[in-house]
Amino acid sequence: MNGAQDLGGQMGFGPIGIEADEPLFHGDWEKRALALTLCAGAMGHWSIDESRHARETLHPVDYLSSSYYEIWIKGLEKLLSRHGFVSAEELSRGMPLSPSTEPKRVLKADMVAAVLARGGPTNRDRPGAPRLQVGDRVRTIVVNPAGHTRLPRYARGKTGVVERLHGAHVFPDASAHGQGEQPDWLYTVAFNARELWGRDADANSIVSIDAWESYLTEDAS
Amino acid sequence: MAHDHDHDHHHRDHDEGHSHLTRIEARVKALETLLVAKGLVDPAALDQIIDTYETKIGPRNGARVVAKAWSDGSYAARLKADATAAIAELGYTGRQGEHMVAVFNDAATHHMVVCTLCSCYPWSVLGLPPVWYKSAPYRSRAVLDPRGVLAEFGVTLPETATLRVWDSTAETRYLVIPQRPPNTDGWSEDRLAALVSRDAMIGTGLALDPEDAAA
Repeated sequence: MNGAQDLGGQMGFGPIGIEADEPLFHGDWEKRALALTLCAGAMGHWSIDESRHARETLHPVDYLSSSYYEIWIKGLEKLLSRHGFVSAEELSRGMPLSPSTEPKRVLKADMVAAVLARGGPTNRDRPGAPRLQVGDRVRTIVVNPAGHTRLPRYARGKTGVVERLHGAHVFPDASAHGQGEQPDWLYTVAFNARELWGRDADANSIVSIDAWESYLTEDAS
Repeated sequence: MAHDHDHDHHHRDHDEGHSHLTRIEARVKALETLLVAKGLVDPAALDQIIDTYETKIGPRNGARVVAKAWSDGSYAARLKADATAAIAELGYTGRQGEHMVAVFNDAATHHMVVCTLCSCYPWSVLGLPPVWYKSAPYRSRAVLDPRGVLAEFGVTLPETATLRVWDSTAETRYLVIPQRPPNTDGWSEDRLAALVSRDAMIGTGLALDPEDAAA
């Protein structure tokens, strides 16, 4: 979706807030926000794609005026409520009022090291062969889906070169919406900055994205 | 929003030791209380996760990868061919590092990593990202004006050098291997690792000069 999260190429946000000797967390609540997000995710009821989409569907004003851990917490509340773990009234009162969905699993302390060390690989087997090869010139599709996508606006309808094939990976545009993993071939595609931004851009800059095959068409030109 | 005020009141009543909780602090505390009461979250697991990222996983991991790549040509070759496997040799695996790619700076090319759509970052080697990495100014401009972004970090490249920006739009995570500083021949991996800053591995910095590191 063309939400506030799709920031590449926007202007007016001012200087980068580089912080000397930045602490790992700015307050205990950030630690808890991180850990709650990971623990709740470990219940196994939503994908990383669905959680990203929960964050990017915040109202743009809310998204842009929230710190990143605030965005995480607001997204987490949405996910928990969508999947029947908490109700709006429970969130507002901070106490359990009704039974919730039975979690597939609850992450215990002695499982944390193994779960974090394993992570969540997204590569999958899929039949068939990739349509594109390294070196192919491709054009990204022009789409404006209402749902989740990982094709940023600045890289739509642009011509680039396939640099690398990563195998087949879970397709976020489907996975975010409970439509299964639908693994698709994933490539790195590189674009000259002038292709993306026009003639005033630096001719010696190259920007790449990782793009699923369904984002790409062979460039006929 | 009205329910935020409810959170505030509820928790100010119970939270001794804090004279004031901000709205977001109260909101997170209320959520934790609720999830623990419902048996969905184990408080000891929360502590374990926090401890992991405070004490075990951080940019020192990545610096060891870089130092080894500088010291050992065969390791550098493995890192180039299959970064996930080469990084796992040092014991760094897992969450937000499942699919690693290492990109090597040289005199002709400088690499820089961003996630314009969210906050994708190689946790297994760099730990949790700094606030600026996740914030709108960096995410918006890293792809549009990367040289301007580098200038804000005090990095100026020769105009002839190619600047390569990697937008992390999938689950691939990128680790920049900075150029080895001069006058470090014969240095141990430990000494070399001390020259490798987090920003150098994002590509918004360079490896430290030995003289600066000693200063």
